[in-house]
Amino acid sequence: MSGSSFDVARIRADFPILHQEVRGRPLVYLDSAATTQKPQAVIDALVHYYTHDNANVHRGVHALSERATQAYEGARERVRRFINARETKEIIFVRGCTEAVNLVAQTYGRSKVGPGDEVLITAMEHHSDIVPWQMLCQQAGATLKVVPVDERGDLRMEQLDALLTERTRILAVTHVSNALGTVNPVREIVKRAHARGVPVLVDGAQALAHFRVDVQELDCDFYAFSGHKMFGPTGIGVLYGKASVLESMPPWQGGGDMILTVTMEKTVYNRLPYRLEAGTPDISGAVGLAAAMDYIDAVGLEGISAHDRELLEYGSRALESVPGLKLLSRGRERSGVLSFIMEDVHAHDVGTILDREGVAIRAGHHCAQPLLSCFGVAATVRASLAMYNTREDIDALVRGLHKVREVFA
Amino acid sequence: MSSELQDLYQEVVLEHGKRPRNFREVEGANRKADGYNPLCGDQLTVTLRMEGDVIKDVGFVGQGCAISRASASLMTGAVKELSRADAERLFELVHKLVTEGPDGVDMEALGKLAVLSGVNAFPSRVKCASLAWHALRAALEGQSSSVSTE
Repeated sequence: MSGSSFDVARIRADFPILHQEVRGRPLVYLDSAATTQKPQAVIDALVHYYTHDNANVHRGVHALSERATQAYEGARERVRRFINARETKEIIFVRGCTEAVNLVAQTYGRSKVGPGDEVLITAMEHHSDIVPWQMLCQQAGATLKVVPVDERGDLRMEQLDALLTERTRILAVTHVSNALGTVNPVREIVKRAHARGVPVLVDGAQALAHFRVDVQELDCDFYAFSGHKMFGPTGIGVLYGKASVLESMPPWQGGGDMILTVTMEKTVYNRLPYRLEAGTPDISGAVGLAAAMDYIDAVGLEGISAHDRELLEYGSRALESVPGLKLLSRGRERSGVLSFIMEDVHAHDVGTILDREGVAIRAGHHCAQPLLSCFGVAATVRASLAMYNTREDIDALVRGLHKVREVFA
Repeated sequence: MSSELQDLYQEVVLEHGKRPRNFREVEGANRKADGYNPLCGDQLTVTLRMEGDVIKDVGFVGQGCAISRASASLMTGAVKELSRADAERLFELVHKLVTEGPDGVDMEALGKLAVLSGVNAFPSRVKCASLAWHALRAALEGQSSSVSTE
């Protein structure tokens, strides 16, 4: 497969879970922003690892441990290549995007943020990129400041410079809004923050399944993401950090490979990346994530991005034809998400009726309550796309929405 | 529409969802509690005016889906003039109905609330149907803090 020959039928054939009936209807999975489905190649990689190679890493002298270590460190190199980090030591395996943000808040943040300092986030953040910073601010006596969004769901970039002050110690921003699909101008944000000497963490959970991310090109200091939102397993994620920044961070959790030597008096910590990976890591998860990256590259991100754009456009038009439907995903640049509300029908009721049609969407606040309150709503219906979705999926959604209208006529 | 959906969205439920009864703050209320469903962000507030041990007036305000609004509306109609003990007994009945289904539940004692029987086939909607009832119980217990369905 290549970007120029994007073949959605062939891609669908790689995802066994898609070929089933739900509630007596063919499954239409439109909840990939919550978690993506897994291709057979990822499932096979997990089965292969546990069938042939399973052992602990970095400490065994036997063959299986060598193989497991090779697979785990090979996955680290795979991740480095996928996001174009400079060195493998800049890739820290964590449980997911949430853990990555918490790690930065509790290590970098605790060592750099003090009373009277400021942490800058945006109104578009997911709870996982709000709460760790609130916790840090409480612990440090710092203030959380927020870049607002406009009525289209774009960041108010004109306010950014004024919000970046001499007290700002870190800026955290999502690459793609999980609730609206807005793609933020991260390169520009990093440039402006760096001009004020402020490091930037990017929450990339919703980006990597949709378009190419190059951390060197973005020049961000941290990039956090989860495996399960890019066709990999749950429980594995990555914190990328510039080596110079990671080197300045104290250890977080103690135990396992983060240690070089221990006496009762003193511990000598290991070098990066191990210093920030305590305990036995999720070895199979890393193997599965590497397989997911292989899969994405085999399909071709250019083709995936083009397919995503085409479906978003088709979906936006199709949804706007449904009476009483208001689309909230209207940012200048968007990816993967169609978020909307229906007049006089709560998102939960929409979700239940769609579910009976075999259509899986998310109804609620999508863990982005502050953002939804900017729009004056408590809940939206979110249809989120991945490479395996088709126009037929959107058509099934629209048919389901007409059924919703019938019930609530 | 599937029969399960029909059972969930019965005419009475849709009607109460659209035009909930007692959708107001009770004047002279002496009990109040918030209910919150963190799953979807739905929030409602139940206010009561108790005279002695009897619920003399009850109302609710807030936002929610058709099921939570209908359940709250029906609840306000059902518990007015009940003693605290009777209201709590009704809570238990409704809770059993939505979580376990109608088998073994005294449907006659439920009256109009029997229309909530369809909720049982939709586990993800049980919290919607219970929200107002949890808030009612919190208000009866004199709690002033928010209760959650989680």
